[in-house]
Amino acid sequence: MAMTDHIVSSFDADLQTLGDKLAEMGGLCEKLVGESIEALLRRDIPLAKRVIEWDRSIDRLQHEIEENGILTIAKRAPVAIDLREVVAALRIANDLERIGDLAKNIAKRVVALEGQFQPPKLAGGVAHIADLTLAQLKEVLDAYTQRDERRAMEVWKRDGDIDALYNSLFRELLTYMMEDPRNIGFCAHLLFCAKNIERIGDHATNVAETVYYLVHGEAVTDERPKGDLAGAAISYD
Amino acid sequence: MDATATAARPKPTASATLPAGDPKIVAKDVNVYYAEKHALKNVSLDIPERAVMAFIGPSGCGKSTFLRCINRMNDTIASCRVVGSIKIDDQDIYDPSLDVVQLRARVGMVFQKPNPFPKSIYENIAYGPRIHGLARSKAELDEIVEQALRKASLWNEVKDRLQDTGTGLSGGQQQRLCIARAIAVSPEVILMDEPCSALDPIATAKIEELIDELRQNFTIVIVTHSMQQAARVSQRTAFFHLGVIVETGPTERIFTSPNDKRTQDYITGRFG
Ligand SMILES: Nc1ncnc2c1ncn2[C@@H]1O[C@H](COP(=O)(O)OP(=O)(O)O)[C@@H](O)[C@H]1O
Ligand SMILES: [Mg+2]
Repeated sequence: MAMTDHIVSSFDADLQTLGDKLAEMGGLCEKLVGESIEALLRRDIPLAKRVIEWDRSIDRLQHEIEENGILTIAKRAPVAIDLREVVAALRIANDLERIGDLAKNIAKRVVALEGQFQPPKLAGGVAHIADLTLAQLKEVLDAYTQRDERRAMEVWKRDGDIDALYNSLFRELLTYMMEDPRNIGFCAHLLFCAKNIERIGDHATNVAETVYYLVHGEAVTDERPKGDLAGAAISYD
Repeated sequence: MDATATAARPKPTASATLPAGDPKIVAKDVNVYYAEKHALKNVSLDIPERAVMAFIGPSGCGKSTFLRCINRMNDTIASCRVVGSIKIDDQDIYDPSLDVVQLRARVGMVFQKPNPFPKSIYENIAYGPRIHGLARSKAELDEIVEQALRKASLWNEVKDRLQDTGTGLSGGQQQRLCIARAIAVSPEVILMDEPCSALDPIATAKIEELIDELRQNFTIVIVTHSMQQAARVSQRTAFFHLGVIVETGPTERIFTSPNDKRTQDYITGRFG
């Protein structure tokens, strides 16, 4: 990997520490996203509470990465690939921290859903978009570890699928709400969860762009792929 | 953070960092030999006008040698032979009919160690303009000295002691005195060979600030071992390695994403 072989070996150690912390944070994020969705689908409140608790570790890691990154810039004045390594770590940590928050929000809704009327078939669409997003997140984190910008750009291209899926899920849930007003409360929660998941996908796409920047030294210039915008009428947060 | 905005951001263009117009200096296939030693190999380079060009690279790679070609300082080294062409404003400076003294007035030089003459501050500056006949009266000469010291950001510090000896100034002040001396003969190009390597960080910062001002009026070429200095003061950078130019381009690009692995290894501290 690019972060080895400096004449000053403690510089390698600094970059290694950043990389290790980011790997830990990435792993934790995947776990939290997976478990928040599991908690939602199984209505597992203790699991949801654990997710809420774990999110603090993600915040802590983000702080550590930020401090280490800033210190590395101050001490080593990195340039070229080294500078991009540090900047990429800071950016990715930022996106992962947001992903952690979104997983926590899903978990909070699971706790809030307790005792509501919850027809199980409604959650099927959410499971689908969640699977896709989780796969995207795993793939982009692997692409980062491998410094493989082609894999990252594949993730980037697939983000439109998540948007499209979200939009069709939005319509589907609307139909359920119109069908039976008792569905409204639950469906509204699901809709917010789906929106959170869609936004996790956006952050995975940010990470993909960062991997591209890390490898090439320039920003992605193409327009980001978008699903159709029918669902864009609802936007929150 | 909405990333769609960044996705559509256009690529930075080279013209954003490059001054427009023809290059001031054009070197083509320059080869330099010290007796048998082939110190520079087929060096070709355009140096833009009114901008700062930085030369970086490991010791002994030929940066000073190339710098000395630009004002024919290498002529003074007996074993040295220069082949190839260097043009300033389209004029071949190795043309036998060219007046070398005149050339060195057009192309000033500042060295690593400040080297003021063991004379007064005033005389250090006045010497050049006087021998080049740039002043017709004492008043004119006074004016040239003052302007040169002002441009070198030294006037306020020395205006009350112009008759003190130049060697009594601090290292940073001596270096600015040498820059003032170079400026006093109204050169077009200023060559600087590691001008800050003997200076503390404050004195270095003052020289860097000065270089940034001087580039409005002069073409500046600076050799530096500080990557950060090259990144801070220059608009273009050339990376020398083992007597060749490996890579040249806008400084921003060289320090964010160099094309050549040797450049990257050097600027990131991966070989010595
Ligand atoms: N006056 C000289 N006589 C003989 N060899 C020289 C002389 N000046 C420089 N060299 C040789 O030419 C090569 C380039 O030197 P130089 O231009 O001083 O490199 P740099 O400025 O990049 O450190 C070195 O190998 C050096 O030993
Ligand atoms: Mg030298």
